Amino acid sequence: MADALKSITLRRLAVGTVVVLGAGYVLAFFAAPEDADQGFIQKIFYLHVPLATVALCGWIVAAIHAIRHLRTGDPKHDARSYVSIHISVIFGLAVLLTGAIWAKGSWGVWWEWKEPTLVSFLIVFLLYATYYPLRYAIEDRDRQARYASVFAITAGAFVPLNFLAVRLAEPLIHPRTFSSTGGLPDSMLWPFLVCMAGMALLWATLVWFELDSKAASGNLKRIRRALEATA
Amino acid sequence: MTAYSALLRKDLRVELRTLRSLPAMALFAITAFVIFRFGLDRERLSGELAAGVLIPTLLFAALLAINRLFVAEREEGGFDLIRLAPVDRTVLFAAKASALVVYLVVLELVAVPIFALFFLDSASGLLPLALVLLLANVGLAATGTVISTIATMSSARDLLAPLILLPLLVPLVVAAAGAGEHLLAEGGPDYGRFGTWLGLLGLYDLIFLLVGYATFDFLLDD
Amino acid sequence: MMERTAAVEEAGPAGRELEPAIELAELRRDFGDRTALAGVDLRAEPGASIAVLGPNGSGKSTLLRILAGLLRPSGGRVSVLGCDLPGETHRLRGRVGYLGHEPLLYRDLSPLENLELVAALHGIDPGRAGARIAALLETVGMSARAGDRVAELSAGMKQRVDICRAVLHEPELLLLDEPDAHLDPEARRRLAPLIAAGEGRTRVVVSHDRDAAAEGADFTLELG
Repeated sequence: MADALKSITLRRLAVGTVVVLGAGYVLAFFAAPEDADQGFIQKIFYLHVPLATVALCGWIVAAIHAIRHLRTGDPKHDARSYVSIHISVIFGLAVLLTGAIWAKGSWGVWWEWKEPTLVSFLIVFLLYATYYPLRYAIEDRDRQARYASVFAITAGAFVPLNFLAVRLAEPLIHPRTFSSTGGLPDSMLWPFLVCMAGMALLWATLVWFELDSKAASGNLKRIRRALEATA
Repeated sequence: MTAYSALLRKDLRVELRTLRSLPAMALFAITAFVIFRFGLDRERLSGELAAGVLIPTLLFAALLAINRLFVAEREEGGFDLIRLAPVDRTVLFAAKASALVVYLVVLELVAVPIFALFFLDSASGLLPLALVLLLANVGLAATGTVISTIATMSSARDLLAPLILLPLLVPLVVAAAGAGEHLLAEGGPDYGRFGTWLGLLGLYDLIFLLVGYATFDFLLDD
Repeated sequence: MMERTAAVEEAGPAGRELEPAIELAELRRDFGDRTALAGVDLRAEPGASIAVLGPNGSGKSTLLRILAGLLRPSGGRVSVLGCDLPGETHRLRGRVGYLGHEPLLYRDLSPLENLELVAALHGIDPGRAGARIAALLETVGMSARAGDRVAELSAGMKQRVDICRAVLHEPELLLLDEPDAHLDPEARRRLAPLIAAGEGRTRVVVSHDRDAAAEGADFTLELG
């Protein structure tokens, strides 16, 4: 009964995601004005920045799950941490791709080192990419989960520090930045916020969905093993 | 003798007898300098180029030591020894990180003067640079010890540690190279953003010493 | 599929009912899909000497490591010296003397340096430690080689030093995995009093040699 309810709520969440996200992008493309400097390509900002913000928050959330896991030893927290990182990494890939497209559209280059947020993000992405070989390299399930949690906490502490460092590395003159969030006119701000909300919902939906399917396949494995044992 | 000092003494004693890390690190650094001389086709370096050669070289040399930090423990069941004893496992973290700082200081005492000999016009920026390197060593030791422990218990240990560590060490490189760029500048050391870099290093050290202290226990459980 | 081992009860040497030194109920340990221990029951009074026997791979060493607090049980109840494992492992530390398959010695240090390190780890005052270490090395016949690197010692010598290490802190519980390995009969004789059970000292010995083990033991536990 509880599982059936869960899937209803998941479905509702999914529907909500589609609605909000859809609304956000309709607003972004039709209601929001074009940027004076960058033109139409600037619209990718509504995709790129929410993706990045949600991915980073996702990694922080993963660190919190990891702390819970270490304190309680309950594997469900490990699963939540793992899936949070996983979905954020996928979002991260999208961030880098949209970032490259935006850079090409704005400045004619596929990559821009002077864009500190993009560069910081790349470094963080590279770090979380090592999460998979780390887990794969440890066979004992218990230890694997514990070590992954330590990693998630370390990496979570690293994210803000890294952004600070890279920002400090850039000379204070001539920053070429994407960040137009400070001082956004209302006509741009509202679509942006709706897109942000939509992305957050998308992230939550995907995480929930993957956790559910992992739980289901875990149950299946357990049943199968129990059957084999009694055979 | 406390458990901490006993463990630290043990590590330093073993290193002195086996010399499995220090000579390799020093040799690597010096050879890297030579390669840079030819790779860049430069005999004199200053400012950002000097920092760009020195700091990454020291970093990669440090990775050699980090990879070997727990070799003795792995071979001799030393984790069992510590786990059986009525000591806080964090003591091992403190001892190992301290040992790593010692190795790094020794490395720098050898490599930095040689770097100056090879490439620098004046040694005036070296003393403040030493402070920067010392702070960077602490951060490197904190992160390096945690990641080395994780890698030691895994199957891909030689590969995993550098892979995870390099992104984690970027803020240190940013700060150390940023400071180095100014301290090794053409016309003499420039203290422009010295405080900023020291601050970043200090923050990094604090955060990762804390992370290491809080999580090390969980790495040694079974 | 592994069967459960039989429960064994034993009154203490004086025949009184005492707080058990070891109490295991349906102890289970899995490694992934493989089950190393499937439901072990045991109850041992303080001062008892238990021999653990069984074929290779029956989980004897695994059992010892769990009793030492080095390995977490997968299921069942484990109580060692009044400490529930794995929750209260920290209360058990320093009270157990463990001798494993491989010596827990640093190859590049000497026996003396190794033992001094162990003494420091167990918080033994250096003055007292020095005397005790010297006495132990004398008993096992390693005084002459106390300054050589462990790597240069033979297997039998390493075993002797390892035994010193295991009993250095005068533990209440001895867990010995093949203590007679690499030792000639003369050495075994000399070492026997060091690793004997008795007043305030319980011991569990894993052995392949059924006769020798049965000889020294109050009762045996069969695995596998």
